[in-house]
Amino acid sequence: MSNQPPLKVDQLSIRYHHKPVLTDVSFEIPPGQTVAIVGPNGAGKSSLLKGIMNLTPAIQGKVQFYGRTLEEKRLTTAYVPQREEIDWDFPINVMDVVLMGRHGQLKFWQRPSRCDRQIAEQALKDLKMWDFRDRQIAQLSGGQQQRVFLARALAQQASLYLMDEPFAGVDVATEKTIIELFKQLKAKGNTVVCVHHDLNTVGEYFDHVILINARLIAAGPAHQVLTQANLNKTYGGRLSLLNDLTEQMYRSRLDNAHPGD
Amino acid sequence: MSTLFQSFNLSDWVLDLWILATASLVAAACALVGVFLILRRQALMGDAISHSVLLGIVLAYLISGTNALWVMLLGAVIIGLVTAWLSETLHKVSRLQSDASIGIVFTLFFSIGVILVSLYTGQIDLDQECVLYGEIAFVPFDTVIWGDMETGTDLGPRAFWLILIVFAVVLISLLVGFERLKTVTFHPSLAVSLGINITFWHYFLMTLVSMTTVASFDAVGAILVVALLIIPAATAYLLARSLKTMLWLAVAYSQMAVWLGYAIAFWLNSAIAAAIAVSAGLLMGLTLVLIQLSKQYHKRTHAHPLRQIKD
Repeated sequence: MSNQPPLKVDQLSIRYHHKPVLTDVSFEIPPGQTVAIVGPNGAGKSSLLKGIMNLTPAIQGKVQFYGRTLEEKRLTTAYVPQREEIDWDFPINVMDVVLMGRHGQLKFWQRPSRCDRQIAEQALKDLKMWDFRDRQIAQLSGGQQQRVFLARALAQQASLYLMDEPFAGVDVATEKTIIELFKQLKAKGNTVVCVHHDLNTVGEYFDHVILINARLIAAGPAHQVLTQANLNKTYGGRLSLLNDLTEQMYRSRLDNAHPGD
Repeated sequence: MSTLFQSFNLSDWVLDLWILATASLVAAACALVGVFLILRRQALMGDAISHSVLLGIVLAYLISGTNALWVMLLGAVIIGLVTAWLSETLHKVSRLQSDASIGIVFTLFFSIGVILVSLYTGQIDLDQECVLYGEIAFVPFDTVIWGDMETGTDLGPRAFWLILIVFAVVLISLLVGFERLKTVTFHPSLAVSLGINITFWHYFLMTLVSMTTVASFDAVGAILVVALLIIPAATAYLLARSLKTMLWLAVAYSQMAVWLGYAIAFWLNSAIAAAIAVSAGLLMGLTLVLIQLSKQYHKRTHAHPLRQIKD
């Protein structure tokens, strides 16, 4: 595309009801990598993504997409919000949700074309959800709902993907599918930025890590950033406790997935 | 003598037809915009706008001095949009809950409207009863006349033409903007991230609601229009699996309510609009009961083989 980074954040600050959520966050993301935004609860991870997408007003700072503004690069940027954000009882089927990923390219009076449908079909197949295309979204499991969201982002055919906790509360099969998707996207030179909460899998799933807790703690390649000192700074003294907890949760989830073991 | 009797009978039948046609269009237009209000959780906003358009009508009349259809529509749309905007601003500025802000704004507008109606009773062709409850039985007597008052042709009831125009506008808007309205309703933040202007679509929908409620005013009044906005759409929500079926179902329910209500009103010799609203409620109750029964039936048929295994 160009030698500009896919995403460059410059001194971004966000407040919510006059309380500072994020202060003076700056970083740059290299192209073609998977990037995790990691931090404790309430650290401002989701706010950071929303601030980048201009869904939450920033009080200061500049965000550049391939060296351009968001308005110029909307169609190459796909945002995947948290699953809780929408009404899953909404009368709509899987295919229609995925087709919404094509709306950026359509004028308001246009219906999705055959070509748009083919793109949506491929996205659903990539996420192993094609068989569910006619299901109403209320009749899906949590993991399947997440895959529908990801298929919609994929149908947008963006080059930068911003995802808010795609691994939260999903089953093992979905987790594997998402990892598969990451590989696919990387192979095409696309960039994936995820809010992630599971410290046990960060190093395995992501190339690049951004640690935040109201401010930027560290940003860089995963193996350089994920040091005990940095994690202590991010999570304060609670890290050892937190680590035990996440490990326990991870174990119990594995046990649930393979009850016979 | 017998020919006179026959022609009298015929005109009676024509009156019924005008009333039914007007009621059907009112119910259909309300059902269509109601679907979006329900899905966007803005049912209360429909209530609010249906009341504050009274102020719009009265002001439009007092300022312009005519009661031409387009003047009434314009007044209603402006006040409807101001209601939506002011409620939202009040919510943001004062940090009051959004339903409280809506309640404050529309009751204020409605009361000002009522005061103006009572101040200018002589000049305005509206009384307080009519504003609140409407009287669809009188709809056929207020007609649009093409040409001279004395010699011109009678084109039929004013309320009918008004709701016909509004229904056409609503239908065309939904057909043309269907995909956008769907996206904006389903997932606003996705719509924003795709570069869709959700504020525009919000006010666009509020415009449609204002037009629909003002056109429904003569027929069903400010209170019962809420029933037609909410009940058929809510009933459709219980059953629909897609937005398209929800729109069709809502219209179907609204038409059933009109016919059933008209029959009830005829049978009891009661107010037509109220009977339509009651019928909408009855149909909703019936649908709920049927859904529950079918759920239990499914549970039983599914549980049955398991029970056999246990035995």
